[in-house]
Amino acid sequence: MSRYIATAAIRGANRIVKEAEDLLQKTIQELGPDTPVQFTNTAYYLPVILGFTGIEVSKVGDLSPVLEIAKSLLHPEPGEHLWLPYLGETLDCGVATLLAEEAIEGLRFARGEQPEPIPGLQLTGTSFTSPDEGGEGNGGYANGPIDDIQLRSWGIQLVDGRMPGFAAIVGAAKSNEAAVQIVRELQQRNILIFLSGNVNGRSIIHQLMEEGVEMGYDTYIVPFGTDTISAIYALGFATRAALAFGGLKGGQIREILLYNKYRTFAFVLALGEVDDLKYATAAGAISYGFPAIADTVIPQILPTGITSYEHVISMPFDDIEGKDDSEKAKRLVQRCLEVRGVKVKITEVPIPVPYGSAFEGERVRRADMRVEFGGKNSRAFEYLKMSPMDEVEDGKIEVIGPGFEDVEVGGYMDLGIVVEVAGRKMQEDFEPVLERQIHYFINGASGIQHIGQRDIAWIRISKAAADKGFNLEHFGKILHARFHADFGTIVDKVQVTIITEPELYAQWLEKAREAYDFRNKRLAEMTDESVDTFYSCVLCQSFAPDHVCVISPERLGLCGAYNWLDCKASHQINPTGPNQPIVKGECVDPVKGYFTGVNEYAKQASHGTVEQVAMYSIMENPMTACGCFECIMMLIPEANGFMIVSREDPSMTPAGMTFSTLAGMAGGGLQTPGVMGIGKYYLTSKKFISAEGGFKRVVWMSSFLKESLAEELKAVCEREGDPDLLDKIADERVATTVEELLPFLEEKGHPALTMPPLF
Amino acid sequence: MAKERSIDPAACEILEVTESEGISTAFSRAEAMKPCPIGSKGACCKLCAMGPCRLTKEGQTGICGATIETVAARNFARMVAAGSSAHSDHGRDMALTLLAAARGEAPDYEIRDEKKLLEVAQLLGVQTQGRETMEIAEEVAEVALAQFGQQQGEIIYLQRAPKKRQEIWRKLGIAPRGIDREVVDIMHRTHAGNDQWYESLLMASLRTALADGWGGSMLSTDITDILFGSPVPLVARSNMGALSEDEVNIIVHGHEPVLSEMILVAVNDPEMIEYAKSKGAKGINLGGICCTANETLMRQGVPTIGNFLSQELAITTGAIELMVVDIQCIMQALAPLSKQFHTILVTTSPKAHIEGATHVEFDEHHALEIAKKIVKMGIDNFANRGKTRIPGKVNHLIAGFSHEYINYALGGFYRGSFRPLNDAVIQGRLRGVAGVVGCNNARTCHDYAHEYIVRELIKNDVLVVMTGCGAIACSKYGLLSPEAAELAGPGLREICEAVGIPPVLHLGSCVDNTRILTVLSQMATEGGLGEDIADIPGVGFAPEWMSEKAISIGCYFVASGVYTIFGSESPVGNSPVVDRFISEGWEERVGGKLEFIPDPQEAVRKALEHIDKKRAALGLVEYDPTRFGQSGDRLMRQFIEAMEAGLPVSPYSAKIPDPSKK
Repeated sequence: MSRYIATAAIRGANRIVKEAEDLLQKTIQELGPDTPVQFTNTAYYLPVILGFTGIEVSKVGDLSPVLEIAKSLLHPEPGEHLWLPYLGETLDCGVATLLAEEAIEGLRFARGEQPEPIPGLQLTGTSFTSPDEGGEGNGGYANGPIDDIQLRSWGIQLVDGRMPGFAAIVGAAKSNEAAVQIVRELQQRNILIFLSGNVNGRSIIHQLMEEGVEMGYDTYIVPFGTDTISAIYALGFATRAALAFGGLKGGQIREILLYNKYRTFAFVLALGEVDDLKYATAAGAISYGFPAIADTVIPQILPTGITSYEHVISMPFDDIEGKDDSEKAKRLVQRCLEVRGVKVKITEVPIPVPYGSAFEGERVRRADMRVEFGGKNSRAFEYLKMSPMDEVEDGKIEVIGPGFEDVEVGGYMDLGIVVEVAGRKMQEDFEPVLERQIHYFINGASGIQHIGQRDIAWIRISKAAADKGFNLEHFGKILHARFHADFGTIVDKVQVTIITEPELYAQWLEKAREAYDFRNKRLAEMTDESVDTFYSCVLCQSFAPDHVCVISPERLGLCGAYNWLDCKASHQINPTGPNQPIVKGECVDPVKGYFTGVNEYAKQASHGTVEQVAMYSIMENPMTACGCFECIMMLIPEANGFMIVSREDPSMTPAGMTFSTLAGMAGGGLQTPGVMGIGKYYLTSKKFISAEGGFKRVVWMSSFLKESLAEELKAVCEREGDPDLLDKIADERVATTVEELLPFLEEKGHPALTMPPLF
Repeated sequence: MAKERSIDPAACEILEVTESEGISTAFSRAEAMKPCPIGSKGACCKLCAMGPCRLTKEGQTGICGATIETVAARNFARMVAAGSSAHSDHGRDMALTLLAAARGEAPDYEIRDEKKLLEVAQLLGVQTQGRETMEIAEEVAEVALAQFGQQQGEIIYLQRAPKKRQEIWRKLGIAPRGIDREVVDIMHRTHAGNDQWYESLLMASLRTALADGWGGSMLSTDITDILFGSPVPLVARSNMGALSEDEVNIIVHGHEPVLSEMILVAVNDPEMIEYAKSKGAKGINLGGICCTANETLMRQGVPTIGNFLSQELAITTGAIELMVVDIQCIMQALAPLSKQFHTILVTTSPKAHIEGATHVEFDEHHALEIAKKIVKMGIDNFANRGKTRIPGKVNHLIAGFSHEYINYALGGFYRGSFRPLNDAVIQGRLRGVAGVVGCNNARTCHDYAHEYIVRELIKNDVLVVMTGCGAIACSKYGLLSPEAAELAGPGLREICEAVGIPPVLHLGSCVDNTRILTVLSQMATEGGLGEDIADIPGVGFAPEWMSEKAISIGCYFVASGVYTIFGSESPVGNSPVVDRFISEGWEERVGGKLEFIPDPQEAVRKALEHIDKKRAALGLVEYDPTRFGQSGDRLMRQFIEAMEAGLPVSPYSAKIPDPSKK
């Protein structure tokens, strides 16, 4: 601390705790103590309060003891002379501030005052299949707290380092130009951007709206609200990350704080004047190990310890070197990353638009579109093949056929992208693994949207990108740069051919389809019996220290991001990395899926937490989960079967819990028989809970799964000898309780009802 | 003349009076009597009736054949034993008080720090689950008392030390078996015709010192915290200016808080205050001298009137109605001196009678009653006060640091740890840490060495912790105030500004040196500074030591791995072999060494050299103060001043326009 900051923060803390108390009293009087208090879609109550105190706030009255704790943490301001030490006291006041702020937001939810209305603000959602869906009409509000669903869907990126952390931006930038550049710089590094606060009523949220910057989960820019209090949602996010992935429980606050210090690369960026409440909130953030950087003159706190590097940095914006606000903003962000020790590898992609995973979620709406390939009116395919070394010329990018210059604005054309790679360590099996990356790589360009894969790819280029000079050749530039950067250990040469010339297009499409077909068959042949080696995935141990995934050809990782081939390729790329081969050893029980090698590995890699793993059972030694699972399966004893709820489904389930609540039981690297986190494609595997009788045991599943896996599940039902099985499985539209579920199953004659009892 | 005897202006003012009026003080007696040149170097053996033998020539032996080495080492060992016994016996009294309080036999005492009780209980292996506080306290006291009489094994508190340190003790066979046993061991060992090898004598001395530092003293600190509360920082006054012209001045002097805490309760009793008023005083003013002062200063902010060499001077002010003393460091001269003034000298300990003083025996079972009786005596004496000459000098300090509070200060309730302290040392913001402790000594200029050494250390970015009379000394020169950060080097100043602490931290009385051991242990286990206390870039000082307790303290620091520098000539100077052994010999074996360096400048130089050596051994960056000093409020203050002066400043720029161009 500095005495100046300590004084301001302690003053701010005393004031906000008082404000929270007043609002609590007012709300108790107006609405009564039993009025529910909750954030949207979270199993963690008010997460900061849960983390610090273990108190599960669910109604207004529950906040009284919380504010008592907050009050007990308050201290007087240090004196002008002969002051008493203030660091510990200020940090405690910071915590009091956080408790008060979250209490206030909780009360505002109870009062219907959150999320904050911001007229004109449109947020991009997450799950959509067409860029033209949704959009207008449902905007006008700040995001408010991030829900568990989004937290978990970001989980894998947070743990594998693609998403290094978050920047909690509070206030308003000196200029709109600076505001845009700051978020662009962060986006390029895939750092989540949380926005809150204002300076004299003006917030960075307003600045970005004025500049037409797309905000929402998909672009990694989450506007919490225009007051400082809403910054509490950033710390709620951090707390929940520790609870969801770290296997920690409410009240284990020291562990939660240290978890964040060591694993979440977050920082506070205070833009514009810093007032008492901002100092107080930043003091709270410091307990999490998150430093604060200001673009104005404030006292610096450079000694380290609570945070890994400096605690508070002042970088007055006008004093930053740079010819314009953009350049200054770049340097400011650079300094932020240094202070938090964020190491981000940026791949230089030589294209005329910004590039980074944060742009993966950007939509290009029809109105903003320059041209599209694929979709309703045209076709696009992408095909990656391995070629002999001497047939591939590295860096060669050829566009065969016309560009889109002559296509009318908003028009379409056919496009083929053929990537030829060569490398000493390259294997044919890796072709599909690499090919799937094309989606992510192309999507990373700002103003370019990529959906689908293979011959159902659908690519759009926005007018803005085209205006900046983006052309077809740049697809090649992107792929060349990224394959080298990300897969350099297995790929030595990359050559890209972009085909629009109709005849050649047809020829290559034919070749591509042959290859897709071949791969499908190859994949279908690949069974757990056909290989000697499974792979581990301990990527998530950075977040969930005792969890270990065992990935076999017939059981992919629970996050859905890693199948057996991915792991094999990943192991080639990084032999000492998170994916290690597990020699299966002896198969002790083929039905439940016990292998001596798997058990040995799991015991060692889970640090003794897990003794045995049954690869194909949920009832006996099920595989553990980190927290990034796509779906959760859970036993419904009354139905003699299981339900499967997907991450996308916020509804109540017959288990009496939503996905978010269930997630707390399924995650954290612990074995809980009857509960399991899984990847959705595991549903289609022949080995899907074969110990319990396979897919016929599924009595309920989210309609999202039924629809998004319609084709695949149909095939599964046929394979299981019950082609109408899918219709016999209930979903949230027909049953959200066991009472509703059972009559439905009876009526449909679901096979689970007559199967042997589960226990 | 006065200025050569003390750097304390208040002391000088009084010394001028004593000199002009011919009042005898330790200062004047030191002038009149030089130290015995034979005894001071450890050359005199008076252990049997064949002697005393004076060994002044090389190769000379005593009647029994004892060599110069043996005699020097034996004398030294006996100093350690005496010091260790004093501290430990103090600890025993604390444990007995806790026992009495727990059993309800000392109703005036209570458990003020329950959290600490539970921590200590855990360390001592006392069950806490489902038990009443007093039940736990009783067993804690019993287990503590058993540590004194324990005959075999190891004392429990050794477990607080870093693992590596414990192993060193075990390997060398110097892990104390029981607190009292080690004192007896030395007394026996040094009896005529027994241990006659200096190495063995000196290693045994370390064991006896450890029984003090990691035994009696450490128990004393912990139990005192349990009974009277663990200190937290507070503002207090120091020096004779804190005496009152119009109130009854009562001074507590000595070492144990058992008495002084009760006196404090008594002087705050409204009935007593009324009584004082009825006697024409405006109230009752309590002050402290020596370590009793430190005990009440640390916990209640009772002003400290002075340190060891101020005890006579305080009486000479003519303003003290009553001085009540308990144990240790109380000069016999007080009795005749007090007769020259109206001051009543009250002795209270059955272990510390002084001829001519009024003895009111203290008994913790009737503590408050006795305390009130004593205070009343003081009040009754107010009427006898004559002319006073209270020096106006008064300074302020922040007292009340403990290892628990330091841990809190560096991270708050939820993130408290020693990490920021270790980080600071690792990065070189702090060059190192130093403990400066100990007495005053009339043979050297009062307070000079304390003040000089501490000022130099902080200037060189060494964080200083202090206890005892040394702490009182430096408090008188403002070094224990947060503003003293301005006197510190740039790195230390940054730490002070970040935490809000003074560059010099007051950790309590001399028995509380164990807090320093705990701080060092926590630093070692926090990580990044090696695995042992001996790895930490730190030093210990006792610049103005005089008592045998100081020697014991020095030895337990050495045995814990600390380079410890004492002022004055070596008490084993007669034997270069022994002198070398307590330095190089001990360093080889335990990592710490003891050296006597009379010149404070030389002492600081060697200390910094040692700190840099330890930094290098850890592979830490070389100390370079120019890299630091960029944090803090200075720039912000300039900015605000410019803004208030109406200069065109912008929050987006730290560049402050030239006022002339306004």
